[in-house]
Amino acid sequence: MTDMSYAPTRTQSPTTKLVLRFVLYILLALFALFYLMPLFVMITTSLKSLDEIRTGDLVSLPREVTFDAWRTAWSSACTGIQCEGVRPYFLNSLLIAIPAVLISTIIGALNGYVVAQWKFKGANIFFALLLFGCFIPFQVVLLPMAIVLGKLGISGTIPGLIFVHVIYGLGFTTLFFRNYYVSIPSELTKAAMIDGAGFFRIFWSIFMPLSLPIIVVSVIWQFTQIWNDFLFGVSFSQAGTQPVTVALNNIVNSTTGVKEYNVDMAAAIIAALPTLLVYVVAGKYFIRGLTAGSVKG
Amino acid sequence: MSPILEVKNLYKNYGSTEVLKDIIVSIEKGDFLVLVGPSGCGKSTLLNCIAGLEPITGGDLFIGGQNMTNVSPKDRDIAMVFQSYALYPTMTVAKNITFGMKVRGIDQATQDAKLKHVSTQLQIEPLLHRKPGQLSGGQRQRVAMGRALVRDPKLFLFDEPLSNLDAKLRVEMRTEIKALHQRLGASMVYVTHDQIEAMTLATKIVVMKGGVIQQIGTPAEIYNRPANLFVADFMGSPAMNLIPAKTKKNGKGTQIEIARNNADPIVLTEKRSTDLPENIIIGVRPEDIVDAAFARTDDTQQADCMIDIVEPAGADTFAVMQLGGKHVTARLHAETTAAAGTSQRLAFDLGKVSYFKPETGLRLN
Repeated sequence: MTDMSYAPTRTQSPTTKLVLRFVLYILLALFALFYLMPLFVMITTSLKSLDEIRTGDLVSLPREVTFDAWRTAWSSACTGIQCEGVRPYFLNSLLIAIPAVLISTIIGALNGYVVAQWKFKGANIFFALLLFGCFIPFQVVLLPMAIVLGKLGISGTIPGLIFVHVIYGLGFTTLFFRNYYVSIPSELTKAAMIDGAGFFRIFWSIFMPLSLPIIVVSVIWQFTQIWNDFLFGVSFSQAGTQPVTVALNNIVNSTTGVKEYNVDMAAAIIAALPTLLVYVVAGKYFIRGLTAGSVKG
Repeated sequence: MSPILEVKNLYKNYGSTEVLKDIIVSIEKGDFLVLVGPSGCGKSTLLNCIAGLEPITGGDLFIGGQNMTNVSPKDRDIAMVFQSYALYPTMTVAKNITFGMKVRGIDQATQDAKLKHVSTQLQIEPLLHRKPGQLSGGQRQRVAMGRALVRDPKLFLFDEPLSNLDAKLRVEMRTEIKALHQRLGASMVYVTHDQIEAMTLATKIVVMKGGVIQQIGTPAEIYNRPANLFVADFMGSPAMNLIPAKTKKNGKGTQIEIARNNADPIVLTEKRSTDLPENIIIGVRPEDIVDAAFARTDDTQQADCMIDIVEPAGADTFAVMQLGGKHVTARLHAETTAAAGTSQRLAFDLGKVSYFKPETGLRLN
């Protein structure tokens, strides 16, 4: 075998290079435009009045910017017989998502710490089963989960939904933390044991300070999953405990008479804002955390 | 006074695999015990068992006269230095060193005093506020030592602490560890695969292979009187020459015949041991085969040997030849006249020779 590296025989002139670059940017811009179009339509539509929507063009800018639709969507749009906007449901979603994200992240971190650093008999099987949980489709667990929630006496409540999301998220959060902690040399744990630190002390003083990137990954992932969840939300809630995704569906589907596109669009944007915000704030850690490997030192 | 560490009939299994078999070893206060052997011989496992990081399958373990077999690592009054140093990456050097005291609830004034004492001793004061990631390998090594020293334990455990350093630094730190041991008079158990480290540091060496102790002894005993072929081959660099030979008895003693290609056999006379079997393996250290011209004693026996390779190493010159079907290394004078492909008169010193039984590999004399 000789040198396998490939040397192109054709050298490109500077002009050709420039043209290719230009074509590349044009293509990229077109793709970006394609993906941003729906968002553009949503925002402009939400800022138009109903009259303008009916008479105007879908992609044109609003002639007169009005926030009426946003106000309606937030506090007075009708979801069935109630007309309180998405506000109470937005609050429900926060009440579900924040505790569920925190609890599943904390338990996932502990699980990952145990599976990666405190090998016990059957640890690998335990981890494999937990992973298996990640791949079970939501629909499969609906009925058994309904029964469990009923037995626990928390069906149709917000704690019930928190419970469902924590259980369903554990597989993922454990996986994240386990893969992160497994790259930390076990000698660190041993050294701390000899120093006199116990199970929780080592977790808290040695592992937690190392975990920021993976905590961010876990929080973003879990928050996005839980906030955007519709199936569990619609199955395990009742009037008054529905999350914002269910409310959004109800607003869009239960209007009588004229369809208020501007209100629908505003409500949809409101419902999507928190996940967008989380990603913008913590996004750089997300990429870093997913690719983070060994801990030097 | 009871020994500082006593391991009694220790067994360790992983599932059905026996990793350590019937380990019996003890050391007195101030001893420097080195566990040495090729990788996979169980030396690190034994150290982890002593530390309490691995549960043991059978036997007992005493530290300072107390039975520690089922005591948790933190209560064994030990400190350990790891191969990867295992410094806490998010803590400063000072926090790394005081972490153990903090966990044990020792008051701040004592912590500060001990930190100051240890950091002066190891000359790491300028590093106290840095994180481990900002330190060089040698500096990390020092901090890891500091973390162990600050505990002032009954027993220090070292798990290949120098193997991540470059060659020059390794020699420096080796000397420093030795100086530290002499200064503190501390009891230490040290694991290494490097037989030179073992020889230079130890007051007592345990040579292990396949989970079984091959020999326990002082460096001199291990070097001069290896208990079997494995120890003979493992300890010493270049390794001991192990040459198959035949014996014949006559009036003057025992004639030892070493066969050669294309030449008459070398015949050496052993005047002391008379009870050797017909087939033996003789073990001669390279330094016991020298230029006849530079031989120190009259107690040597000379022979002309065809030299295959000459390797000058500065202080000495190593010459490799073919004896009894084996490569044999001689440690010649730096100004030797030996050249590859020529014959050289060499002197064999049988004063420290070892004889082994080929079938069992055990020492005969």
